[in-house]
Amino acid sequence: MQKTVLNPIHVELGARLVEFGGYEMPVWYSSLTAEHHTVRQRAGLFDLCHMGRYEITGDRAVEAVDAVVTNHVARMKTGQIRYSLVCNEQGGVRDDILIYRLPDRVWLVVNAGNRDKLLGWFGDHLTGPDVTFRDRSDELAMIALQGPLAESLLAPHVSTTWVEDLPSLGYYKISDAVLRVGGKERSGWISRTGYTGEDGFELYLPAEEACDAWRDLQEACGDVVEPCGLGCRDTLRLEAGMPLYGHELDEETDPISAGLTFGVRLKKPNGFIGQAALARIAEEGPTRRLRGFVVEGKRPARQGATVHWGDRQVGIVTSGSPSPTLGHPIACAFVASDVPDDAALEVETRGSRSPLRPTPLPFYTRER
Amino acid sequence: MADVPGDRRYLSSHEWAIEQDGTITIGITAHAAEELGELVFIDLPKVGSEVSAGESFGEIESVKAVSSLNSPISGTIVEVNDELESSLETIGESPYEGGWMLKVQPSDPGEYEGLLDADAYASQLDG
Repeated sequence: MQKTVLNPIHVELGARLVEFGGYEMPVWYSSLTAEHHTVRQRAGLFDLCHMGRYEITGDRAVEAVDAVVTNHVARMKTGQIRYSLVCNEQGGVRDDILIYRLPDRVWLVVNAGNRDKLLGWFGDHLTGPDVTFRDRSDELAMIALQGPLAESLLAPHVSTTWVEDLPSLGYYKISDAVLRVGGKERSGWISRTGYTGEDGFELYLPAEEACDAWRDLQEACGDVVEPCGLGCRDTLRLEAGMPLYGHELDEETDPISAGLTFGVRLKKPNGFIGQAALARIAEEGPTRRLRGFVVEGKRPARQGATVHWGDRQVGIVTSGSPSPTLGHPIACAFVASDVPDDAALEVETRGSRSPLRPTPLPFYTRER
Repeated sequence: MADVPGDRRYLSSHEWAIEQDGTITIGITAHAAEELGELVFIDLPKVGSEVSAGESFGEIESVKAVSSLNSPISGTIVEVNDELESSLETIGESPYEGGWMLKVQPSDPGEYEGLLDADAYASQLDG
């Protein structure tokens, strides 16, 4: 099992550590639910160093990336970030990623569990003259501060040149950044992105300074900020209706069925891997689609639980958990497209059934 | 280091059993409760149903995960702690007392002696 550069911090803080995507990661430090509420109400600090950070440079960088991702990189402005899928030829999802357009390069941030797979895939496809692919995961640390107080807490300590200041950094935008905490200046980048459904930022800093930066940042922000583990990251993203690879997405699942059409540019010129297959699915209509449900009762519906419409099995749960914000279990499930929206569905766990109440995704939207 | 009382026996899957007046009370250890974190659901069997040594008798769920509950011994359930369903925090607060789950009339009293004693279970936690 690999460790991130921030692992000593997790050990020091007494985190409960588990394996995730090949890395030893904190699932919680004190309490999953408390950390969840911290992010919804104040701000939480996350280690995201397990994610893959890839860089593509060269005159053909944009063109090369456009051929392997579903979103349209050439149409992105400098400083812009977009959600995208990387698909196989059949339209199945190899990974869901973020694409960053920096002045002279493109970054791709990918899921930890898909790092090695994509390293091979991108190694094969992001090649040729004027394209240089580089894995920067181990040299750049990635730390997130997520929650409604994130901007006011960070702004006094961050200066930028691509934008006037931190508050003027827009949603899904990236800037260069100098972080001034603990009497030190650390240069890197900052983006207004996240996976929690709250406002928040992700910082990209030199790996060798990650532990000190984390400590200094926590010190500078004070007690309102708490370290948060991947456990609450999962409940936060589920409430926010965001997919998790290995749950809502995999090589056999296409993004159109998963409700991610916004990240797919079917008419992109010059094409991309999986385009023909996705165009066909879009035209014929997916045979199943991802839907949100409130689970009646206390028992959460978990991944793999079957969804039933009377005698007919019509679907399968992809993610399910108690929702700390809403106070009852919620679940996402793939359900056959011919099942009406108001059909009375049930989820089955170990032979016992609980009613499902259809709910539009996302389950939770922050007030702006 | 979690508390491991010496007055009872254990399964390596973190359940305890204690013999009192011919019946055996079953629950999960402080270590197990700590590992699970915040509990959200428990599924216990009904009085009168049978349990088998080493086999699952129910499930317990934290926010994050589902865990199977295994019976240390075989027998017939004579009492179920129905209060747990509405007060799951008792399991974490008092795993060896208020957090008990089942009382079982053993069908093979010899099984109890074959379970891990406190030292054996505690050394497993150290490992």
